Amino acid sequence: MAKIITDNLNLWYGDFQALINVKAAFEEKKITAIIGPSGCGKSTLLRVFNRMNDLIEGVRTTGEVLIDGENIINSHVDLVALRKKVGMVFQRPNPFPLSVYENIVFGQKIHGDSSSKLELDSIVEQSLRSVLLWDDLKDKLQKSALGLSLEQKQRLCIARLIAVKPDILLMDEPCSTLDPQATARVEELMRELKDKYTIIIVTHNMQQAARVSDDTGFMLLGELIEFGRTPDIFTAPKDKRTEDYITGRYG
Amino acid sequence: MLRHLDEELKELHKEILKMGVLAQEAIFKSIEALKNRDKTMAQEVIDTDNKIDELELAIDEKCIDLIARYQPMAGDLRFITTGMKINAELERIADLSVDISQRVLTLVDKPLLKPLIDIPKLSAIAQNMVRDAIDAFVNKDVALAKNVVLTDSQADKLRNQVVDELVNDYMAKDTKTVDRAVPLLLIARHLERICDHTTNIAEDVIYMVEAKVVKHHPEELR
Repeated sequence: MAKIITDNLNLWYGDFQALINVKAAFEEKKITAIIGPSGCGKSTLLRVFNRMNDLIEGVRTTGEVLIDGENIINSHVDLVALRKKVGMVFQRPNPFPLSVYENIVFGQKIHGDSSSKLELDSIVEQSLRSVLLWDDLKDKLQKSALGLSLEQKQRLCIARLIAVKPDILLMDEPCSTLDPQATARVEELMRELKDKYTIIIVTHNMQQAARVSDDTGFMLLGELIEFGRTPDIFTAPKDKRTEDYITGRYG
Repeated sequence: MLRHLDEELKELHKEILKMGVLAQEAIFKSIEALKNRDKTMAQEVIDTDNKIDELELAIDEKCIDLIARYQPMAGDLRFITTGMKINAELERIADLSVDISQRVLTLVDKPLLKPLIDIPKLSAIAQNMVRDAIDAFVNKDVALAKNVVLTDSQADKLRNQVVDELVNDYMAKDTKTVDRAVPLLLIARHLERICDHTTNIAEDVIYMVEAKVVKHHPEELR
């Protein structure tokens, strides 16, 4: 079943059109990878799903982006609720300069959660367990998150999202600062998380897209050129432009 | 954009083509040896087989190396993986030519059982199929590849005809013909197997070019 459906989606930064008639369906509890050269609009598309583009001046979006049937492009959408439901992981892990514990409960607090200390403790444990950090950090919960390794920081950022019980995880190049081993472990984590969450990952790493995703979309100059099952895209793409890009002929 | 991989793939293409030429030569010579009762030529096929085996290993190694180093995708991936399969089929075709040559060696010192009619027809089909399959590979010619696949039934029919004739008209009637009939029967069988391997090559070519699986899906040929 599709969790996110876009239709006739267009986006402009001032005069520049960054997304052109994007039409796609992102399946629930699947991993969808968006690939394409720099500047093709893949991060812009990702940021449409939690309205992060609203923070940029001069942005105009038209068309339809249905999440669970609701068009989130509409101006009356509750952005706080939307961003709780649609969490985002960035290229560089960005934990707050707080303790591990405070990082995870931060979301609870800004969302006005009035959970007891015991409930918060349980959320922290569950969130850290779901990103496989609990065993490493259970005795360091009060230590600063800034002292963690890059991979641990990225996992912590994912745990921080999970704590507010999202449905969708957007990942913008989540492994680009990690070494191959850490990348492999984060990919494993993504596979585990997809049982519960709809994941959309933007990546420059084609092998990563091929390894980790169920569906793949290829974007070029603001257009979604091809969208399909990952094995089909990487063995038998239908569009010559997709073939040229994934075989390294583009450019 | 020019890619280093393109150079490597060109090289691989050349090597597979070379394998194809050697396999074609092996069939041709084994059939000539049969027609002309030529011991020397039959022995030549047997002796040159190790050259084909070595090339098979080299091509395999090259393909694995390219996959490991370039992690090819899409058309590149299909070319390399079908290249590996075609390589194996060609090696089997060369082996079957050796088998034919060995049967020829057992036949040449004995009087001819009967004038050969269907076996030369079958060998012509086999040779044409191999030639066309290799051409289809070189020129990415799907129509020609399909034609190869469709020709295979003719080979099956001829093989059955040869077997029926040898069993019913000779071996069943006169057991003294068995030692000359069996090698001929086996040659028909080897030729038909060559056609089967060639059909696989043609099916691989169709997958390589169009990413369409026709193997075990004859309806896809239409």
